[in-house]
Amino acid sequence: MEFSFTISPGTPSPIFRQIIDQVRLAAVTGRLLPGAQLPSVRALAEQLVVNPNTVAKAYGELAREGIIDGQQGRGVFIAEPRQIYTKPERSRRIEPLVEALANEGISLGFTPDELIESLRRRLAKINVPPPSGRKPQ
Amino acid sequence: MSDVVIETIGLTRYFGGKCAVDQVNLSVPRGSVFALLGRNGSGKSTIIRMLLGLLEPTRGSAKMLGEDCRHLSPAARGRIGYVAEGHPLIDWMRVHDLESFQKSFYPKWDGRMFAAVLDQFALPTGARAGTLSRGQRAGLSLALTLATRPELLVMDDPAMGLDPVARRTLLEAMILVTRNAGHTIFFSSHVLDDVERVADHVAILDQSVLRVSSSVEMFRSRVKRLVVRFRGDPPPLPPIPGLLESRRDANELRLTIANPRPDEEQIIGSLGALSIEELPLTLEDAVIAYLGHRGETASLLQSTQLEAVAS
Repeated sequence: MEFSFTISPGTPSPIFRQIIDQVRLAAVTGRLLPGAQLPSVRALAEQLVVNPNTVAKAYGELAREGIIDGQQGRGVFIAEPRQIYTKPERSRRIEPLVEALANEGISLGFTPDELIESLRRRLAKINVPPPSGRKPQ
Repeated sequence: MSDVVIETIGLTRYFGGKCAVDQVNLSVPRGSVFALLGRNGSGKSTIIRMLLGLLEPTRGSAKMLGEDCRHLSPAARGRIGYVAEGHPLIDWMRVHDLESFQKSFYPKWDGRMFAAVLDQFALPTGARAGTLSRGQRAGLSLALTLATRPELLVMDDPAMGLDPVARRTLLEAMILVTRNAGHTIFFSSHVLDDVERVADHVAILDQSVLRVSSSVEMFRSRVKRLVVRFRGDPPPLPPIPGLLESRRDANELRLTIANPRPDEEQIIGSLGALSIEELPLTLEDAVIAYLGHRGETASLLQSTQLEAVAS
């Protein structure tokens, strides 16, 4: 497993959230492919020197989101991509981020076109899986 | 087996006329890593000493592993590990003498654990305790306690004065204890980054009174900081029930609030602000909001007119 986590205490993002964000990002960008194995709760807790409950909580959330599959004793793996949220729920989740990008971008003096362009460049760096791979559950 | 390993009810202690611990109700679940936070002199050590039976409560009760802390049986004591503040050791004894001494009280002594912890802190077994560095003393007192394989580990500010490497080793030792799912750690600390790593529960003691006792996650989610911006000087602030701290600047108020509820949002909403924005908070920000000065304050940096000395 080539993937390694980095966590920093003392930031507004709680440690379990940092773990979730890193796995989620690695999964959507293709750094972690479906079937890739993650360390066990205990192993990751000891590697990061954090409470195992924190890792268990992060894995639990990732499993609920359909990003990982975990079976007791068999290991934790990146799941095949699937969409577990409804369309309105997905909109509800993305909207605050779009708003933050727009507000921050305009207040920094970017034009709308420049913002769209920079979003497009960012998206181009991500291997978005083909739509056929994203079946609703 | 009970699910609560430490329980205090109305625990109170006076020293002369001064109240050091005021009606504290604590409940520490089995298997948790429970951090007790508070400023110096807030009563943390007094609570820990009462738990260990080293100090009588003035009022109220304390139990560990189901037994009254004033009369812990030898069997219960054998299941409890205690790392005292400042890592006191018998200074003239050598490391291996201290091991044989401690071992003689504990039938379940784990020599491999003792050696492993010693090794992590790079402790020579022939050295006299009195000649060790602060980090090594911490390592030795930790080794002497962990080798008894305590079901309940109580530590009074174990990180005090440790360098970053020794502190990390201490954290690793704590994570090691959690390999036994039923083992519990109750410790006091000022190092909030470390607390954030290892603790799943926190209690906050402020001037002898317990203000918070919950999971770390619940605690973080319940403290919010809002920036309320105005066109001119902010208006005087009406009473807000959960207000922990407010800072006033030219065009804004920064309010830190515990358990914000709709009525509080309404009060703030009625101030005629241009905007209200929630600021992300670190664990340390949230703890400081509880422990800092109540009400409207200015920081040292805002309140003084000190200027930098020209070099």
